[in-house]
Amino acid sequence: MAVTFELIRRHARHLSLVAAPVSGLQSDLLIGAGAVRQLEAAAISLGEYGFAHRFTAALKAGSLIMRDATCPALHAGFQAAEKGVPFMPLRGILGSDLLSLRPDWKVVQNPLADVPDPIVLVPAIRPDIALFHAPLADHHGNVWVGLRRELMTLAHAARRTLVTVEAIFDGNLLEDPLRAPGTLPHPYVEAVALAPNGAWPLALAEHYPADADALSRYAEASRTQDGFEAILKEWLHG
Amino acid sequence: MADALFLTHILAQLVAGAGSVAVGTNSPIPAAATLLAREQAAAKGKKTVISILGSPRHSPFTDGGRELFDFAAQGRLDAFFLGGGQIDGAGNINLLSIGDPARPKLRFPGSFGSAYLYSLVPNIILFREEHSPRVLVPKVDFVSAAGSGPDQTFRPGGPRWLVTGRAVFRFDGQAFRLHSIHPGESLEEVTALTGFSFQLDQDFGATPSPDSETQALLQGPVTRELAFAYPRFAARHFTH
Repeated sequence: MAVTFELIRRHARHLSLVAAPVSGLQSDLLIGAGAVRQLEAAAISLGEYGFAHRFTAALKAGSLIMRDATCPALHAGFQAAEKGVPFMPLRGILGSDLLSLRPDWKVVQNPLADVPDPIVLVPAIRPDIALFHAPLADHHGNVWVGLRRELMTLAHAARRTLVTVEAIFDGNLLEDPLRAPGTLPHPYVEAVALAPNGAWPLALAEHYPADADALSRYAEASRTQDGFEAILKEWLHG
Repeated sequence: MADALFLTHILAQLVAGAGSVAVGTNSPIPAAATLLAREQAAAKGKKTVISILGSPRHSPFTDGGRELFDFAAQGRLDAFFLGGGQIDGAGNINLLSIGDPARPKLRFPGSFGSAYLYSLVPNIILFREEHSPRVLVPKVDFVSAAGSGPDQTFRPGGPRWLVTGRAVFRFDGQAFRLHSIHPGESLEEVTALTGFSFQLDQDFGATPSPDSETQALLQGPVTRELAFAYPRFAARHFTH
C-alpha cells in the first residue's frame, strides 16, 4: 500500500493492473485517483467491507477496460510466464461466458487424447513490474515471503520486481535453512524499500490485522467520488 | 429467515462424509459449517481435510494460491461452497454483473474461482442467504459457471444443493427441485419468492433443526475456531 499511495501522489496515469488473482482497496484507490486504464482480475471487492465502489463507478462510466478472469487462470498465466512457455492448459471453465469475454483464451482439442477432450489454454502473463509488500528482506536483496508463495511465482513471471518490507534482516536469508524455502532470491528482485506498517490499512498476515475502522470509513466514504477524494486526501497527507 | 447457526447446521449436513472441504473468500457461514462437519466427522473417528481461505490456521496448503486449484483439478477436493449474485433453475451462477459486462447496470465483485471449481469439484453447495426473485432468476444475465455441460467435456464436478435463508433445493443434474423449507416458511411464500420454476423433490419436507449435540458443537468448538477465521462474524452471530 505504501507504494500505491506514492503512485497516487505522483499522479500515475494509464496503468494496466493485473491482480494475483484478486484485488480490493489497492485497485479501488488507484482507479478512484484516475491512475488506471485497464484491469485484469478474477474479482475486485473490499471483502467483508463490501463492494469496491470506485471500481464499479468506473465500469459504469465506461472509463475502465476490464479483463475479467478466474483465479486459477491468472495463477496459470503467471506459471506459464515463469516457465518461459506461451500458454498453460487448464481444466474447467468450459461453459462459462468468461470465454466470450476473453478471446485470448483458446479452447483446443487435447492433442494427447483420442476421444473428444476440449481444454482451455490461457496465455502467459508477463507483467512489466511485480509490486508487493513482504515481512522481511536482507541486504543482499533476498525477500522472505513465507507461505505467500504466489508472490514468488509473480516475481518469476515479471520483468522487474519491486518490494516494500516491514523490516531488514541483518544476515543472509538464504543461509537460514528454515527461511530459505520461503525466500524469493535476489536475482529476481530489482529494489527493496523499508516501509514499516506498509500494508496499512490492510492486514499483513500473521504480523498485524486490518484497520477495521479505516476500512469501514473508506467503504462508506468511497460511495461517492467526493467522499473518496476527501478520505484519500486525508490518507495521503495524514 | 433462518439464523446463522441453523444455516451452519444445514450446510454441514450437506458436506457430511466428505474427506476434504474448502471454503472461499468472505464466506463465514460456509466456514462455520466446514468446522462443524469436521467436528462431527471427528466424533466418528474420521478425519476431514479443510481449507478456509484467509485463515492460515485452517489451511493445509504451503504452495501459494494455486495449490487449492491444483488440488481440485486432481480430484482431491470433495466439496466446495459457492454463492452468486444471480442463480437460475438450471444451476447457472452469475458472480459478475447485471447488464452488458462492459457497461454493467450492477456489478458484483467477479467470478473468483467459480468458472473452474464448479466443473471440477463433485459436491458444490450453493449458498445464498437472500431468497428473492432478484437472486433466484429464470435465467442468469451472465454465466460465470454453468450448471451442467457442455457435453463431451471433462466434468467431474457441479452443483448438488442450493441453500437459502428459507429453503433447500437439490440439483437433479438438470434443474433444482425444492427439497425442504426451513421452519416458519410456507411453500406458497417460498414459491412466490423464487424467480425460477421448480418441481418438488420426491422426499420434500421440512428442513430439520439441529439436535442438542449439534447445538453444543456449534456453541463450543465451532464458535472458538470460527473466531480465528472470522472474528467479527463469530462475535456477532455465534456468542450467546
